[in-house]
Amino acid sequence: MSGEGEEGPSSPGKEQQDVTHPMKAFSSELSKLQSQVQALQSTKLQEQVSKLRESVKSINERVQAAAEDLRKDAPVSVADSKGVATASKYSRAVKREKIAKMSAEVKDDNPYSRLMALQRMGIVKDYEKIRDKTVAVVGIGGVGSVACEMLTRCGVGGLLMYDYDTVELANMNRLFFRPEHAGMTKTDAAVKTLREINPDVNFESYHMNITTVDGFEKFVASITRDGDGKTPRVDLVLSCVDNYEARMVINQACLELEQTWMESGVSEDAVSGHIQMIEPGVTACFECVPPLVVASGIDEKTLKREGVCAASLPTTMGMVAGFLVQNTLKYLLNFGEVSMYLGYNAMKDFFPTMDIQPNPGCTNAACCKLQTKYAGERDRRKKAKEAKDVEVEEDAGALHEDNEWSISVVEEEAPAGAGGQGGESEAQGAELAEGIEFSMPKADAIDEKTLEENAVETNDDDDVDDLRAQLEALNSK
Amino acid sequence: MAEWDAGTKSTVQKIPLLKTKAGPRDKEGWANRLKEEYTALIKYVQLNKGSDQDWFTISSNKEGTHWSGKCWYIHNLLKYEFDLEFDIPVTYPMTSPEIQLPELDGKTSKMYRGGKICLSIHFKPLWSKNSPHFGVAHALCLGLGPWMAAEIPHLIDTGIISHKDK
Ligand SMILES: [Zn+2]
Repeated sequence: MSGEGEEGPSSPGKEQQDVTHPMKAFSSELSKLQSQVQALQSTKLQEQVSKLRESVKSINERVQAAAEDLRKDAPVSVADSKGVATASKYSRAVKREKIAKMSAEVKDDNPYSRLMALQRMGIVKDYEKIRDKTVAVVGIGGVGSVACEMLTRCGVGGLLMYDYDTVELANMNRLFFRPEHAGMTKTDAAVKTLREINPDVNFESYHMNITTVDGFEKFVASITRDGDGKTPRVDLVLSCVDNYEARMVINQACLELEQTWMESGVSEDAVSGHIQMIEPGVTACFECVPPLVVASGIDEKTLKREGVCAASLPTTMGMVAGFLVQNTLKYLLNFGEVSMYLGYNAMKDFFPTMDIQPNPGCTNAACCKLQTKYAGERDRRKKAKEAKDVEVEEDAGALHEDNEWSISVVEEEAPAGAGGQGGESEAQGAELAEGIEFSMPKADAIDEKTLEENAVETNDDDDVDDLRAQLEALNSK
Repeated sequence: MAEWDAGTKSTVQKIPLLKTKAGPRDKEGWANRLKEEYTALIKYVQLNKGSDQDWFTISSNKEGTHWSGKCWYIHNLLKYEFDLEFDIPVTYPMTSPEIQLPELDGKTSKMYRGGKICLSIHFKPLWSKNSPHFGVAHALCLGLGPWMAAEIPHLIDTGIISHKDK
């Protein structure tokens, strides 16, 4: 079919030479139809065709206007070769505007409709409550950045991000950061990207090291109301750091504030990971028992570590971030069962879970104090769990298998308030769920006798400044 | 301690153990701990000097929270010297200090960002096992010393670092 010379004088086909465009072809077909209909002298039909023509014309105008906009916005050349024009259609800059209230309405510009659907389906009672929640994420690396993106897309109310590092090209094997972020602080780069994704979230960026004395104080101030260092203003702290020291610091801050937090980790060989929920006084703190990790099943002796610090995989990190934020959503929005410890062994696709009871002999005094304070809460939970287990058992009937998933490290019967000895041995000798192991020994290498024989000798009259001067004097010799 | 050579093992046993479990936020306790730290370090430096194996200098700020100095390594009769520094973490002495050699940042994969040396998988467990009785002197002896012995010759041989006079 050709549009050339076949239409009447009123036809728009004259200025629309290119009939390969589907819309134009359609229009030209309509013209032909109209001339045929005219021949039939049927006014009604003619009217309808005119209307159709009008609508096609307006569609055409809109398409052309949109194409014009695209050309203005997109630096991409739309010139000659085939397909380029199509590509440029998607490069128009769209700005996601703020949305005052979450709506469940399914519209192509409503980013919350699928989330609010959770509420319609009865999974979550009140999804919109997420807007009242503030989460602090410490460590914006392979796990933390992805967790932040998830929380942002879920529409969390506030997101506080902490990291002392900058983005490097070496990070590009992980998710989230892009090469153009290189050189920016991780926290600023994250805010920049995340604000574009969801401007409804209140972002706060803290480029700092939390492990120094100053950093610790600033960290505590930042997660408390008006920086008072006492009243938490966040609902949850997520630890996405990659080292033991920083985890211990988060543990200390959260114990002092009675702040619930979740710990996450990926092994240095990149093939296992875990998340752990820590409620001061109610569950084990990070210091109660040595850090628990998932056994990768790889013999340390066969693992070659020469020339490398740590390996990392975007897959393992992405999965751990997923576990962490899933648990976060369950905790914040009160649905499903919040996991106390969930491990991931990538080599065997094994996911051990367990509960970890606090250790009455914990070396952290703040933890021991809170254990006493929350003894009643632990008791309440224990009873609720027992009642639930009975229910499950009855449901499962004869098919019930041994439940390897809920072994406790320290049984609740452990003598409450018993001195260090009883509690510690209990914790160390306790049974761990299959596939979970301690990553560190407990502090027991030095007994009283060894200490007595080898301890440093200082006198009360020793002056600390004198000693410092003595040490410095040795430097110049 | 299979990880460490016999020399390191015998040396570390001569460094006095510390008694006070106190970090820098515990004002009174820290003053005592700091005395022990200095005393243990003085002993360790004297030991090194006595056996002609002096390999670092160190001093701290008045609060004892920031430490800096120099460490050096002799390779083929040439001395390679580096600045060293670290902060005392708020959870010290339950966690060890993270020693930094800023000049080598980005030059070796056995280092975390900021020039923090990547300690062997055996170091942290050993520190943990002996806490709170290990101090700065132990961290230098068991951490930085062996790290330099393993990494510096490699960095020189591969031409990543060269002697200042070359
Ligand atoms: Zn504890």
